[in-house]
Amino acid sequence: MTELRYDFQAIAEWIGEGETVLDLGCGDGSLLRHLADTRGVLGYGVEADPDNVRASIRNGVNVLQIDLERGLAGFEDGFFDHVVMSFSLQAIHNTVGILTEMLRVGREAVVSFPNFAYWRHRQAILNGHMPVSENLPHQWYNTPNVRFFTIADFESLCEMNGIVIRDAIGFDEGVRVREEPNFLASVGLFRLGRDH
Amino acid sequence: MTQPQSVGVVAPRTLRFNDPLPLKSGGCLEEYELVYETYGTLNADRSNAVLVCHALSGSHHVAGYYADAPEQTGWWDNLVGPGKPLDTRKFFVIGVNNLGGCYGSTGPTSIDPATGKAYGASFPFVTVEDWVTSQARLADALGIARFAAVVGGSLGGMQALSWTLQYPHRVAHAAVIAAAPKLSAENIAFNEVARQAILTDPDFHAGDYAAHGVVPERGLRLARMVGHITYLSDDAMAEKFGRSLRHGKQVFSYEAEFEIESYLRYQGKKFAGYFDANTYLLTTKALDYFDPAFEHGGNLSAALSRAQADFLVVSFSTDWRFPPERSHEIVQALLHNRRNVSYAEVDSAAGHDSFLLNDAIYHGVLSAYFDRIQVTGHD
Repeated sequence: MTELRYDFQAIAEWIGEGETVLDLGCGDGSLLRHLADTRGVLGYGVEADPDNVRASIRNGVNVLQIDLERGLAGFEDGFFDHVVMSFSLQAIHNTVGILTEMLRVGREAVVSFPNFAYWRHRQAILNGHMPVSENLPHQWYNTPNVRFFTIADFESLCEMNGIVIRDAIGFDEGVRVREEPNFLASVGLFRLGRDH
Repeated sequence: MTQPQSVGVVAPRTLRFNDPLPLKSGGCLEEYELVYETYGTLNADRSNAVLVCHALSGSHHVAGYYADAPEQTGWWDNLVGPGKPLDTRKFFVIGVNNLGGCYGSTGPTSIDPATGKAYGASFPFVTVEDWVTSQARLADALGIARFAAVVGGSLGGMQALSWTLQYPHRVAHAAVIAAAPKLSAENIAFNEVARQAILTDPDFHAGDYAAHGVVPERGLRLARMVGHITYLSDDAMAEKFGRSLRHGKQVFSYEAEFEIESYLRYQGKKFAGYFDANTYLLTTKALDYFDPAFEHGGNLSAALSRAQADFLVVSFSTDWRFPPERSHEIVQALLHNRRNVSYAEVDSAAGHDSFLLNDAIYHGVLSAYFDRIQVTGHD
């Protein structure tokens, strides 16, 4: 869970005291718990999994059981200061749709995802196998992931869709990567916005 | 983890109120009685009280059983008790029969002090808001300034929601289950069919059937049959009854031939044997009239801006009476007002009735929510 901790701390640095946060795919609510404890945010999580919904409630976190594939139609434009999606983007079919929705309901979006171009992942492919690692713990036949992309791919997608990258951090085993993130980072963390 | 247990033998109590209760309809109850039950112990600073509001045909008998009728367990006994989601080792739980009811609180079968005869058809219209006002008076009498939670399913959920609007500072948490912020035209349509069944029964006598020594049994039976269809899901009916025939073959008769016909007739007959027709009429009208957004030009967010409570909203996937979308309306309006709210959409095959059933995921959500409610003198 080292990567997750770093993920949380970096996200918290981008979030101000008392801001409003929507966490899409909030799991057991531990990020929102962390943000409530350290930033006093008004947070809401979105989860489809009943066990995670219950765990979030136990964590004292607001959680809404909604299927993300159905979009965020019920949420008002610009209601949230930040919309976070931590390690879930790769498990959603409609990538552009959800990014667009995140930046509709939120002033900023924060996403983190496993980087398929991480050098160990490249090595796995060169050795003839799909990568399995701490951030890609599943086998190819049971992975919940449906989109397989790299940090470089994601940057291109943002550019094509007029999404501004305000900050980007790469992590390798929980440590910030300073150079060549598309090669050296196992995880990409992006802070996104719109220019208008 | 101890095994969930029953609260055991319980007994209803009656409290008399002599302060007139002005009603939303413009009427007034000069004096009235409320019948209620309690489970668990009120703590020293009276911070652990939970009010359970009942739905259309429910009562104050929420949990436990009566010494002389051990088979009559409370209607939400699977929820309330030691080790159950509403744990009576932590909470002091109150169930109350609503005004206009037929289980002991003042209603159409009670004696009108003005005439010395049963109210019958002259019992005034009562609303969800009136019920909540009377429940608040009961809370006053019991020395409860603020509820740790107000909980209800269906029409009971509407009362829980209304509590947060009428007495925002007297409710810490509201659990609004299988409810809606108002009835749809279709909901009202079903209620109207049920009411017409009663109103057109020759034994109804404009509501004064008691004076004629009869009961509009046929109307009540039909009302309950219609109601029951809306409580179940298509899937649940298909699974439970399908097209099963009682005689194993088609006998070309109007007798109960399909199992579903037999079931509905049984439910209708049973209901007509104990429920009061005037109470049924009043209660369905209370459902129809409930619409907190009405005074705000239909804007639910504006209506809920008064609320101060934290909320748990629960819906069930196959509930077509109050489907998940109706709960979404409540959730979105609460979100707009920046209220703390959690929402669970429970996958259940049983339709609207799901809120009464003992489903592990549903009860897991309730346990998680109620466990984190803080009361003094308890972890």
